[in-house]
Amino acid sequence: MRLVILDDYDLASEWAAKYIRNRIIQFRPSADKYFTLGLPTGSTPLGCYRKLIEYHKSGDLSFKYVKTFNMDEYVGLPRDHPESYHSYMWNNFFKHIDIEPQNTHILDGNAADLQAECETFEQIITAAGGIELFVGGIGPDGHIAFNEPGSSLVSRTRVKTLAKDTIVANARFFGNDLSKVPTMTLTVGVGTVMDAREVMILITGAHKAFALYKAIEEGVNHMWTVSAFQQHPRTIFVCDEDATLELRVKTVKYFKGLMHVHNQLVDPMHSMKHYKD
Amino acid sequence: MPSNKSVSDAPITQFVNCRILRDHSLQREDLWVREGKILNPEKLFFDEQGFADHKVDCGNKIIAPGFIDVQINGGYGVDFSQVTSDIKGGVALVARRILEHGVTSFCPTLVTSPPAIYKQVIPEVTLTDGGEEGAGVLGLHLEGPFISLEKRGAHPPQFLCSFEEGGMPDLLKIYGELENVAIVTMAPELANSGQAIRDLVRRGITVSLGHSMADLSKAEEAVQHGATFITHLFNAMLPFHHRDPGIVGLLTSDRLPADRTVYYGMIADGIHTHPAALRIAHRAHPAGLVLVTDAVPAMGLPAGRHTLGQQDIHIEGLHACVAGTTTLSGSIATMDMCVRHFRQVSGCTVEEALEAASLHPAQLLGISHRKGTLDYGTDADFVILDDTLTVRETYIAGHLVWRK
Repeated sequence: MRLVILDDYDLASEWAAKYIRNRIIQFRPSADKYFTLGLPTGSTPLGCYRKLIEYHKSGDLSFKYVKTFNMDEYVGLPRDHPESYHSYMWNNFFKHIDIEPQNTHILDGNAADLQAECETFEQIITAAGGIELFVGGIGPDGHIAFNEPGSSLVSRTRVKTLAKDTIVANARFFGNDLSKVPTMTLTVGVGTVMDAREVMILITGAHKAFALYKAIEEGVNHMWTVSAFQQHPRTIFVCDEDATLELRVKTVKYFKGLMHVHNQLVDPMHSMKHYKD
Repeated sequence: MPSNKSVSDAPITQFVNCRILRDHSLQREDLWVREGKILNPEKLFFDEQGFADHKVDCGNKIIAPGFIDVQINGGYGVDFSQVTSDIKGGVALVARRILEHGVTSFCPTLVTSPPAIYKQVIPEVTLTDGGEEGAGVLGLHLEGPFISLEKRGAHPPQFLCSFEEGGMPDLLKIYGELENVAIVTMAPELANSGQAIRDLVRRGITVSLGHSMADLSKAEEAVQHGATFITHLFNAMLPFHHRDPGIVGLLTSDRLPADRTVYYGMIADGIHTHPAALRIAHRAHPAGLVLVTDAVPAMGLPAGRHTLGQQDIHIEGLHACVAGTTTLSGSIATMDMCVRHFRQVSGCTVEEALEAASLHPAQLLGISHRKGTLDYGTDADFVILDDTLTVRETYIAGHLVWRK
């Protein structure tokens, strides 16, 4: 894996956004060859989305030939509810960029047949040629997407019931009323994300430090589902200092020492202004 | 790009690089319009996978709901209370010119007149939607003749009336019909006014208190019967007194029905209301303040001398006086001037100033589900203003109807 450590949240968000930007631009997406991008929600990626929007507004990055696939969505929450992941993606990303609506894919938590909805989502990913880069986050309990502790590490897109920890963590978005938090979600499986050609996990904040430790310094374990990515050939963990607080000093020093190598991935920064497609 | 909109093929316009007034604040959001209504872009994106056909760059200006003037007696030489050979034409002329002031809907106002005038004028002033031809007519404002003799102001005393039994028969006897009427101003101390108020409210007509000698308890009673507006607060009513606040006391009365808001018209031209009085009213009851022009036929005419009807008027700046005197003959401020003046002297926010001319009059008339806001699904009547609150462009049903 690559463990990229930046000083603070803003720098970590910027590094991640630069990486995504360079990956898309160097891929040279076109009508015949879309860049397929997996996307997360939550508070961690907000800074990254803001930077990506900035790059779009400055004319350096276009999402015209990008297809996006979100990781998850609540079951039974009206799509226009302010806390639905559809609302999140619209307000925090889609409405600010030039992505075409038919190229965005978010699981429909109000589908009549949830199982079929999940299977169709997998088929759409396959039909799009698989995911080039899947961006994700990590829960305090080490989950990737809504693959709660105990989820199979080869799981596919399916319905999941949320763990108590996750419901409590999400209550702040529902007026701190536990009864209002949805209890079920549709989520991509660990196996679905593992199928991506590259995975980037964003982890910031001291409250995620223990989960990061469990994910990269302990064994592969279905209780900490992000640990599955130890077995993925191309995973990048992007974090801030606070997220490394539970790691061994040796691990942190080693990867910090590699920053000059990591930074070659984001420097120079490419721009779509320099080529016409 | 192929159109795959499933709901409608009508073109969609997206106004970008602007600050829109929504949820009581100016937000950096785009405004989307389709088929004359404000469109929800999120629904468009996910439900229809649709996108904008045209984008309009607003140069970082402000977009506010179109202004609504519920008290305007005429302008540009047109007097709504006069019978002419072309009443519709007169209304249309004013409707077209007030687009320049950001007004997209209005209530042509008739002052106290003889029944013959009402019977000829009222049927001619029909409700219209507004568009390129001019601002929409929401209905007439009948200011009188059921008003107080002592507080008649400039209204002709010989045409004042009182209620015989009260109620619809008296109203129809004088007005003829109430088909195109949105607001009636009356003095609640007139005997049997209660029944008249109830009958009007039942017909969906807003009742306003004005040109009245009523004390506070009479005014409160009128509100309990259904009155919801005060015509040009402070003017033509008893002055505020600390032991009997009169109609002005409605702003802070605790004897009003729980769900009722009493709105009050303010002529914020800097002349008809002292700024300190304006501030007192605003601070006491900000949610009820409705900016009105109460403009007279001289509004919009250039400086100098004009003959209007039976009067010779002299216009200089914002003052319209009876020629050769210093007697004011009415307000000639325009709505956008009132918005700017209100903001300046009250120190209120830009949002509050704009809402006093749009949201509040719409709420008063019970039409805020389609006018007076930029909420999804409402009529796309709006104005584009710069930071000095000068109107640059006016839109009705999503179409540009005036540009500076």
